[in-house]
Amino acid sequence: MIELSGISRDFQVGEETVHALADIDLTVPDGDYLSLMGPSGSGKSSLLNILGCLDRPTRGSYRLDGREVARLPEEELSRIRRQHIGFVFQFYHLVPRLTAAGNVELPMIFAGVERGERIERVDRALREVGLSARARHRSEQLSGGERQRVAIARAIVMGPRVLLADEPTGNLDISAGREIVRLLEERNARGLTVIVVTHDPDIGSRARHRIRLADGKIVSEENAVADGAAVGLRSR
Amino acid sequence: MSFRDLVGFAIGALRGHRLRSGLSLLGVAIGVASVILLTSVGEGARLYVTGEFATLGSNLLIVFPGKTETTGISPFLTEAPHALTLEDAEAILHHVRSARRVAPIVFGVAAARVGDRRRDVGVIGTTSEFLGVRQIRLRSGRYLPAGELARGQRVCVIGSKVQSELFGSRNPLGEILHLGEERFRVIGVTAPRGLSIGQDLDEIVHVPVSRGMKLFNKISLFRILVEISSHQEIPAARRNALELLKERHEGFEDVTIWTQDSVLATFSRVLSLLTAALGGIAAISLTVAGVGIMNVMLVSVSERRREIGLLKAIGVMPRQVVSAFLVEAALLSTAGGALGLAAALGATRLMRTMYPSFPARPPFWVVPAALSVSIGVGLLFGALPARRASRLDPVAALARR
Repeated sequence: MIELSGISRDFQVGEETVHALADIDLTVPDGDYLSLMGPSGSGKSSLLNILGCLDRPTRGSYRLDGREVARLPEEELSRIRRQHIGFVFQFYHLVPRLTAAGNVELPMIFAGVERGERIERVDRALREVGLSARARHRSEQLSGGERQRVAIARAIVMGPRVLLADEPTGNLDISAGREIVRLLEERNARGLTVIVVTHDPDIGSRARHRIRLADGKIVSEENAVADGAAVGLRSR
Repeated sequence: MSFRDLVGFAIGALRGHRLRSGLSLLGVAIGVASVILLTSVGEGARLYVTGEFATLGSNLLIVFPGKTETTGISPFLTEAPHALTLEDAEAILHHVRSARRVAPIVFGVAAARVGDRRRDVGVIGTTSEFLGVRQIRLRSGRYLPAGELARGQRVCVIGSKVQSELFGSRNPLGEILHLGEERFRVIGVTAPRGLSIGQDLDEIVHVPVSRGMKLFNKISLFRILVEISSHQEIPAARRNALELLKERHEGFEDVTIWTQDSVLATFSRVLSLLTAALGGIAAISLTVAGVGIMNVMLVSVSERRREIGLLKAIGVMPRQVVSAFLVEAALLSTAGGALGLAAALGATRLMRTMYPSFPARPPFWVVPAALSVSIGVGLLFGALPARRASRLDPVAALARR
């Protein structure tokens, strides 16, 4: 369960203060499927970074499973990211010198998971994204869609509660993009909270819970249950 | 995370840019090798010189006129000394119980002539005991005759080089050699030996001590070498000799007695200092190598911004980022250190085969020192890049393509 209240994020650009996020209130229940949409510079990525504990809000409260995390020190935030949050990026961010398996293994190496268990979990994660056959390939030998699937395997291998995807299909063709969306929705169906930042209305509209941002503010929030009936609709 | 995993990760990263890693590794190798080689040469010089002193013979006291103010290597004479005489030498032999052999010495340079061949030679005036004390071997003939000190015969023993230069291939035994205005009969030739404590014994002419004193118009001896029967008795013998000479010199303590140990220790100290200085100079190249490592690591950090950002995103803690980069730098420098160590050990071995008389040998502590210094260099010069990596803002690092 994610609860944001009064979240603001200011950036200092020269003399000027830019309000990337202004007074955001948002509740994301466990197992939610949320899309964040809006034009460039609307604050989508800033919000995602705060949700992912990569960045700290200037003001406001962020409760993750009931724990206030907005002011935690760097070390603690690292621990939260490691245990509870998985990231998927537009440009995959695979480590080029490592194989697919090596990239998936990376979070577990630094989390101190034992070698035997790591191999097992890498196998399982790659199987779940359908890439077992490509485990020994390095990222330059993989297609864009395959790279993103490796990135998803890497994001889920630590068993997080929340998966954050920043334009996950932004660099892919339609069919590869569809495969990535299918994988994300499959994880969501198994109970993982999925939050997707996207430009693409086709992808954004698939989410049950949709938020539209502009100028750092939530301009619309729609929340529908799986059968399509609206449970909450508000506009600002 | 385990140390093994950390090392594995670092090795993977280093293999990602082999040429760069290889070059900075080479820098450390050169630095470490030059430190080891120069200290080996210094240490070799020390062993060589101390070895040369050992050929003086063991258990030696060296008496010379004048009182040194310090234990330094070039003595300052503080008062006009009494002459150190042949009688003093005889007194030492008779009254210092443990004195086994006594060899008085005068030294000077004289013009030597055989027929129309001439050259300047060093002349040592001494006694038959000198042969044993300095462990001199003869090639032919015999050494100076034993006998009363004050009445020297006009005989001489010549070095092998003096022989070849003044007599050519002729047998010199029984021939006449002129030293200055005096005639000496050659009775022996010493075996070639080369440099020994700065004197080329092959270029020396030995004459009886009283002849030598007359030749150079000296009333005082240059040195008295006293061989003591056992090592334990050296301190007592030294005290006895000092007292004896003080008594004989009307209460003036106007001689200095060095033990061979103290001379050796002085030389050893000076040469160790030299070794340290050489090592210090070579250490500069090690510092340069460290800067090279820092440079490579800084390049690596800025090149791997996205990787570092990603590591942070997946929950790698700042201190883990620091250790990953530190281990990387330490691996580079340690591998370089090991390579330099191997190269230097090989080179000193080669030197020893090429110049067997010069014992260029790395000091015993060189292996642990080289390895720990190179690890240290890596950690020291890796610290700044590692810190920079750990402070990278993941949002900014990941935003760039």
